[in-house]
Order: sequence, then C-alpha cells, then structure tokens
Amino acid sequence: MNERIIKILIEGFGKIMLASIKVTIPLTVIGFACAFVIALVMAMVQYTKVPVLRQIARFYIWIFRGTPLLVQLFLAYYGLPKLGIVLDAFPCAVIVFSLNEGAYCAETMRSALEAVPEGQFEAGYCVGMNYLQIMFHVVLPQALRTAFPPLSNSLIAMLKDTSLAAEITVADMFMSAQKIVGRTYEPLWLYSEVALVYLMYSTILTVIQRICEKKLSSYNSRETSVKKEAKA
Amino acid sequence: MSMIDIRNVKKTFGGTEVLKGIDLTVEKGDVVAILGPSGSGKTTFLRCINFLEKADEGTMTFDGQTYDLGHIRHRDIAAIRKKTAFVFQNYNLFANKTALQNVMLGLQVARHVPKAEAQKIGMAMLEKVGLSDRADHYPIQLSGGQQQRVAIARALATNPEIIFFDEPTSALDPELIGEVLAVMKQLASDGMTMLVVTHEMNFARNVSNKILFMDNGYVLEHASSKEFFENPKEERTKEFLRNISSQHDA
Repeated sequence: MNERIIKILIEGFGKIMLASIKVTIPLTVIGFACAFVIALVMAMVQYTKVPVLRQIARFYIWIFRGTPLLVQLFLAYYGLPKLGIVLDAFPCAVIVFSLNEGAYCAETMRSALEAVPEGQFEAGYCVGMNYLQIMFHVVLPQALRTAFPPLSNSLIAMLKDTSLAAEITVADMFMSAQKIVGRTYEPLWLYSEVALVYLMYSTILTVIQRICEKKLSSYNSRETSVKKEAKA
Repeated sequence: MSMIDIRNVKKTFGGTEVLKGIDLTVEKGDVVAILGPSGSGKTTFLRCINFLEKADEGTMTFDGQTYDLGHIRHRDIAAIRKKTAFVFQNYNLFANKTALQNVMLGLQVARHVPKAEAQKIGMAMLEKVGLSDRADHYPIQLSGGQQQRVAIARALATNPEIIFFDEPTSALDPELIGEVLAVMKQLASDGMTMLVVTHEMNFARNVSNKILFMDNGYVLEHASSKEFFENPKEERTKEFLRNISSQHDA
C-alpha cells in the first residue's frame, strides 16, 4: 500500500460515510419502517381472515416475493415512466424496498401470530376482553417478541440490499465507491473499503439486536426470577 | 328462581354428536362437580355454556334472561362473560404479563377500572390464593400449581357470579394438586358458585354439593353429591364408581 492509495482510501472513507448518512441509512430506516407497517397490516388481515383483503395480501406477497428485487427497482424506475408515473430515484427506491421487504416481513409476522397459542385468546375472552383488546394487549406483544430475531435479520439483509439502489442512480455509499473507482482504477481497495463500512453498520445492528433481545426476554426466561431472588 | 338453568344443549363435531341434550340447574352457592369418563362431553359442555364452542341448540337462563345458545348475539355473549369466569386445564395465563398484570388485565382493559384500583384488587386476589409474594413473576417463572392459583385469582378479580373450572388439576404434578384444591375449597366455603369438570373424586365427594354425571353425551345422573356417592341409581354410575374405587385400592 503506497501513499497514493492511503490518500484515496481516506478521501473515499469520507465520501462513503457521507453517502451512507445521507442516503443508505435513511433509505434503510424509512424503507424498513414502512415495510414493518405493511407487514403488520398484511399479517393481521391474513391472521384475522378478513375476506377480500386477505386475498389481496396473498396476491401482493406472491408478486413481491416471487420476483427479483433488482427487476422491481428497474421496473419502477425505468418502466413506470412509460405509463406516465415518474418518480425520483430516492422515493422510488424507498417505495420498492418497502413493498419488497414488507412482503417478507408479512410472512414473518403471520407465522409469529400463528405461534401464539389459541388459549391466550380464550383466556382473554373469558376475562371479558374483545378481539382487538386481546390482540393489542396479549397476542401482538407475544408475536412481536417471537418475530424480533427474524425481523432483525431482515433489517440487516435490507441494509446490504440497498446497494442495489445504485443501479437506479440513487447516490448511496456503493455508488460513491463506484465513482471513486471510476476515477482512480482501484477497485480492490475501494470495494474492500465500502464492504467494511457495510460490515460496520451490520455489526452495529447486530449489537443493538442482542441488547434488545435481552431486554425483551424477561417473560420467557426463568433466569430473571432467579436473579431477583438471589439479589433479595 | 335458579341462578342458571340450562336446557337441552346439543353439539356435533364433524358428524359426531358429542352432546345429546344436556340439562343443568345451578342455584346460587352451588358447587357442581361434572363427572364422567373421558370423551363423555364434560369439557365440551362447559365450553359451550361459556361460548368457547358454539352449541348447535339449547337454551340458557341466566339471572332471569333466557338465551338461545344456537343463535346467540355477540352482545349477549359479552354480557354473560362479564358475569362469569373460566379456569383452564392448562392455566392459559397471559405469557407476556406478570402474575399481577394477569389478574389486573380484565379489570383495566375490559372494565376500565383505574390502574390504582385494579392493582389493589389484583394484590388482594393474589393474597387470597397465597401468592402476593409472586406478583412480579412471569408465568414461566411459576410452578404449575402457582400458575393455576394465579388463574384462579384472575377469575376472582372480576367478581363473577359463577366460575367454571375445566379440569383445573389434571395438568398438575400430584404434589401440586393439593394447593389448588385447597384454594377451591376455600372459595366453596366462601359461598362462590362453581361448576367444576374434574376427576378428583375427593373434591366431588367432600366439597361439591351436586354432581352431574355424564356419559357418551348424555346426563346419566344429576343428584346431590351425597346421594350420588352413597346411592347411585344407574348401573353405569355404579360401574364408574367401582372402577374409580378399584383404582384407589390398587
């Protein structure tokens, strides 16, 4: 590694970080937040067996899980203008990522809801609560706990998948790396550098996941009570 | 006037008639033990009269109001459930709530009781079942017997007119059965009206005052518990009691 490369890497790091803060992180956060809301609604209408909406949910999941993300991005950005729908690159990416990720997360949420024992509902009805009250106070919190690890997994996968947005001209951190490569012809160093930045972000997410899981585990671990008693 | 009068409850599951016309009358303060061999329809009957299963036909008169069990409205179900409580074989405590929260939830959410008051009632009910020191424990951190006692506290919290028990001790270790039965016995002596599906013959004989004996979807005997154990009328009842006592001798 000579001085030139060190200089390129230092300059590249600044640009990549800037792009990550301006584009990659917002795209991931907004996209995943929307995906989560979509997933909740899609999972609930299926779980509650709402007629018509349930079929719409199945259809949506079938389409978005069954076609490649990159093709969806191209279709939305390069294809839709032919129908008169013109979107800027960033909002277009947000929409496609939300819908794509929402389809996967909907299945995660549905399976988590179905894993909550029927007896929780029966007990809820017997203390006088209605369906929505039981859902909100008892079933959904348990399902979210079950879904938390696979949802975190999806979030980390999505963070990395945002690099595909560069293909529809979104100036994310991968595109900023590509630009520097185009100028300096140092693909090995710069793509390694951008890979490390992705790794850094996913490591942060993994650590956050671990901390949250610990906090959430209180009601399905015997440990807490033993600890409490030992302290007392 | 009786508190609850149930007539001709019928229920079919996939072509099999499980309940073939069950009648039951409950007076205030009664402790009715529902006995019978496995598959006789005891649990289904209990679930039908609390609408966890929908009966095909039958009527129920509760506090002077008569309901058609085959065509009951949601509003009526909700109204009846606010006057009753149910204790399950496998406890069914809310897994994401502590013991105290389990007891409070029906008050706070379904009846809009303010938190401080719900908490006070909740602690009093846990006290009653001897578990006030476990208020902050989650269900998984409690033994089966403790979970069932929390479930009983939860049932008591909403001040029901009657509590339905569906084999409350069947899932418990023999050692833990006693603590649950002791709580139920206390309730009975406090005058709580109870309907108990059970295999605990000592409870049926010593605590309950009435027996409903079911076999194959029919009621074979509906008698006082003294009469049932000392002077059973039906041959099938005698056979059932013989089998049970031979089990005890073995």
